Amino acid sequence: MRVWEALVVGTLLGLLIGGGVMVASVVAGLAVLVGILALSVTSLWFLRRRFRAWHYLERAEDLVVVRGVMLRRLSVVPYGRMQYVDVTAGPVERLFGLATVKLHTAAAASDARVPGLEPAEAARLRDQLARLGEAKAAGL
Amino acid sequence: MAPGPIGVVGWQRLHPLSPLVRSSRAVAGIAVVAVLNAGQVRHGNPLSLAIYGALILLGLVAGFIAWLVTRWRLDADALRIETGLLRRDSRRLPVDRIQAVDLVQPFLGRILGLAELRIRLAGADGSRGRLSYLSEADAHQLRARLLAAHHGLDQATPPPPERVLLSVPTGRLLASVATSFLGSSAGALTLVALVLSITVPSALAVVFGSSFSLLFALGSGIWRRVTSEFRFTAAAAPDGLRLRAGMFQTVAETIPAGRIQAVRMVEPLLWRPFGWRRVIVDVAGGTANRRGRTSGGGQVSRALLPVGRASDAELVLDRVLGDHRVALTRPPRRVRFKAPLGYHFLAAGYDRRHAVTVNGRLQRTTCWVPLEKVQSVRRLQGPVQRRLRVSSVHLDTAGRSVRAVLRDREQIEADAGVEELAELCRTARAARSLAAPLSSVQ
Repeated sequence: MRVWEALVVGTLLGLLIGGGVMVASVVAGLAVLVGILALSVTSLWFLRRRFRAWHYLERAEDLVVVRGVMLRRLSVVPYGRMQYVDVTAGPVERLFGLATVKLHTAAAASDARVPGLEPAEAARLRDQLARLGEAKAAGL
Repeated sequence: MAPGPIGVVGWQRLHPLSPLVRSSRAVAGIAVVAVLNAGQVRHGNPLSLAIYGALILLGLVAGFIAWLVTRWRLDADALRIETGLLRRDSRRLPVDRIQAVDLVQPFLGRILGLAELRIRLAGADGSRGRLSYLSEADAHQLRARLLAAHHGLDQATPPPPERVLLSVPTGRLLASVATSFLGSSAGALTLVALVLSITVPSALAVVFGSSFSLLFALGSGIWRRVTSEFRFTAAAAPDGLRLRAGMFQTVAETIPAGRIQAVRMVEPLLWRPFGWRRVIVDVAGGTANRRGRTSGGGQVSRALLPVGRASDAELVLDRVLGDHRVALTRPPRRVRFKAPLGYHFLAAGYDRRHAVTVNGRLQRTTCWVPLEKVQSVRRLQGPVQRRLRVSSVHLDTAGRSVRAVLRDREQIEADAGVEELAELCRTARAARSLAAPLSSVQ
């Protein structure tokens, strides 16, 4: 996760809004600036922890995804159960050149998502999963 | 082989009375609206009467055209159905892929002796065909022919015998619905409304105004449950479990053994004195709704036993799951701090074929999941669970609603359990795909 880029965006946003309020009152403007900075730093801290806790492991028969800091989750999805693989890149992700790979099974509750991948790694993972899924496909 | 009314060759039409039965629901709806608006007619407005008449006529004409353009034929290897006036729809249902043939009879159909035949095919897409309506005898005969052809027998072979496992007496059904969540809340609501309207007569309008819609919803739920599960019988057939039920519209459907994703046994609080329980099965693909699509992520629930004693439940469970007795273990006692109510029944266990979980306090729910049907295994641990050194293991099956949760297991056990369950699911799956080509029934 490109924490620094996001921090720059937060600072700029704080300066902009804080500066706007400062025209009316200097004290209020400073308070707003500090507030937005503190907010972005704490949310970044949470985000950083969240993304640091996100791991995936390709095993011989299944994909394992571990995530979560407060609520820790571990998902084991067998390649044979995979129905399709999604690679998505939202506007913010595209800004930083990242992509998300998501594995779909017939169960709505299955939860195997790997965000923040470099496009090359995302493409490799997608192809690998599609290949393994085809080789080990099992019906309902 | 005596040639029956259904020939093996040649196109056939549906029963000539089918437009009447098909449009009966719409006609009844229009009639209700017409009766509700009867005041207009009485005040000398013949136009509205003409409009209602035209609408009913239109429905009948549409039904007649649908009947006119629909035809079907049974070949040696497939059933073909052609329908549609503007958009022609020609469907070929190969007999070797047939999974179940269900019979549905609406109220008017029962009076006129007509039945709808629904044919479900095996496969992930769950495609299907419908023939509405045939005469009762034709429907039974076509069903027997399709099943015989499916098993590679001569089409004149009589259908395989069924053994009735159990039936639900009407008295027990009514009592169980009255004491179920729906029935008891409707009763409580009525009681409160009555007491309020007697003690505070001035509030009568408000009380009835506010409780009417809720009572109506509860009442229609109760009505649906009683009419759809009236005179329920379950019979064992070679290709699965055959369920029959219905008060006005009767449905005879087959639950194919291989399509079961999960089985739940529910014991509501008020049923416990009687020792009653309800067994619900979740089937992949499922039956079509009116538009021919599957609902709920390609998965539907059916009651295998609307209400019954422990021995009835055992009978049904034996039939659909085979040997389903799994040694259950309890979570550690310290979980009581996290789940003071739920701890009472909490238990879980698994063997090489099934995982079994027991959850719920007011409504004790036991869930069986065949390991070969598990889509993914997850382990979850929240902050409180981490403090107590426990975690939950979820087994997800196809669809939206069903999953078995091995709740609040000892952490070490859960960690090993995830690995072991993933491995067991894999071997169960492999064993099934090896065995599948050998069995004649999907």
